[in-house]
Amino acid sequence: MNATVAQLTARSLLGRRRVLILMALPVVLLLLCGAIRLLAGSDPQVGVGLLGGFALGTVVPLLGVIAGTGAIGPEIDDGSIVYLLSKPLSRPTIVRTKLVVASATAIVLSAVPTLIAGFVLLGTTDRIAVAYAVAATVASITYCAGFLLLAVVTRNAVVIGLIYALVWETVIGGYVPGAQALSVQQWSTALAERIVGAKAAQDGVTAAVSLGTAVPLLLAVLIGSTWYAGRRLRSIRLTGDD
Amino acid sequence: MTAVVLQQVSRWFGNVVAVNDVTMTIGPGVTGLLGPNGAGKSTLIHMMAGFLAPSSGTVTLDGEPVWQNEQIYRRIGLVPEREAMYDVVTGRQFVLANAELHGLPDAAAAAARALATVEMTDAQDRDISTYSKGMKQRIKMATALVHDPPVLLLDEPFNGMDPRQRLQLIDLLRAMGAEGRTVLFSSHILEEVERLADSIQVMVAGRHAASGDFREIRRLMTERPHQYTVRSSDDRALAAAVIADGSTSGVELIKDGAAVAGSADLGAAGLQVQATDYARFIRLLPQVAARQGIRLYDVVPADESLESVFSYLVAR
Repeated sequence: MNATVAQLTARSLLGRRRVLILMALPVVLLLLCGAIRLLAGSDPQVGVGLLGGFALGTVVPLLGVIAGTGAIGPEIDDGSIVYLLSKPLSRPTIVRTKLVVASATAIVLSAVPTLIAGFVLLGTTDRIAVAYAVAATVASITYCAGFLLLAVVTRNAVVIGLIYALVWETVIGGYVPGAQALSVQQWSTALAERIVGAKAAQDGVTAAVSLGTAVPLLLAVLIGSTWYAGRRLRSIRLTGDD
Repeated sequence: MTAVVLQQVSRWFGNVVAVNDVTMTIGPGVTGLLGPNGAGKSTLIHMMAGFLAPSSGTVTLDGEPVWQNEQIYRRIGLVPEREAMYDVVTGRQFVLANAELHGLPDAAAAAARALATVEMTDAQDRDISTYSKGMKQRIKMATALVHDPPVLLLDEPFNGMDPRQRLQLIDLLRAMGAEGRTVLFSSHILEEVERLADSIQVMVAGRHAASGDFREIRRLMTERPHQYTVRSSDDRALAAAVIADGSTSGVELIKDGAAVAGSADLGAAGLQVQATDYARFIRLLPQVAARQGIRLYDVVPADESLESVFSYLVAR
């Protein structure tokens, strides 16, 4: 960790009015929850549908894309990363610091609203709110690691990330059984399933993969992406005008 | 003594050779890296700064390789060509952040000193996004100087500067060179290099075309043959009169149907004159024309572009 790198990253990620734009999704999530609670009351099926489908299925991956790529992508695009790279700092330290800032941003803007949404919808019923908040936290960190790597590797990280988040996670991951085994959403849902415990099946908190599969895969993405991003950053090519 | 040494360095991108077998040593004092756009100057500076691996050859700083050696940045200050900075902060915050990234013991004092050196103390608390191009350039300079490095690499530092800012930077870089630092800057403008550099390295089309002190290169450039394109009322008569004088080594009629309007000699669109002594030729031409009763329409130096000057140096 390097405090100065963290500070610069946070400023460019949240600076100006960007934080207001980032807050749009969690605000929509909370408004939706409030409306549903008022209209439909407290129904575990409906609540799980919203937490799993919208919060974990859409808000978390989207914020993962924005925070993960946003923590390093714009600097690489405009060349300002040169000010970090022309310093006696290890490249893995830069990557780890940016991952921490991106993850913290994503957690505050997606996992925390998920927790609040869960309480609004279901109170403390079957620990569903906490379960999804934990799943959202773990998924946020994993997404950030993956998308940070993507931003180091390609200039099209945002587009690829959005396609992954919207098409793979939301559509294919939701319906195609084979694809579900390679979905961060499913891996983190496995955590939620364990936290809810015995009543998980009844409440509809079910993952396509077992916890025994999910945890190693989550760790593999997190550690693998972070390691490889540090490596790639050592030999990143800065585009000059010449 | 700190020296950047390039040994048979080449760099290619796919099929394109950006830098071709360059060997040079950049020592203390101010060195100008001169060459037209696209000559490979930025690629060369990126390799010296450790941001690009040479495809072959080695780049070392006092014997240490610079590629993938982060510790080298304790001794290198880099002023990049691109303008982008973390512009959501003030100039002072940004220079301070750079000092902290270097892990300097007293980052605040170092930042204040660097800001004073580039004369940005007055504007240091404004957001970088409000700065003019010249102010941004000076802040970039301050970030490169904040850790007091013995080597300073500047990529096109004069781009976009007004004359006053240019003079300030020239003075600053001269002072840096006089202190014994190794200062290298790239430019495609002859006059800048002439005013500032103690020694010059010329790059053309990826190759190291010439090196040495400025007077030497200047002499090569002025002694080269100059070409002029001349249009007149009687190109043939003028050609005969001009070649009779010793200041020219060749005259050629240009055939170009499209450009003959106004020319009495149909089929010729002007003359291409090769002048060996251009000062004399310029005095001679109007006198000859007046004597022969020939009207001059156009006298254009044909090869004054920097590219042709450089390619002359390469072909030599």
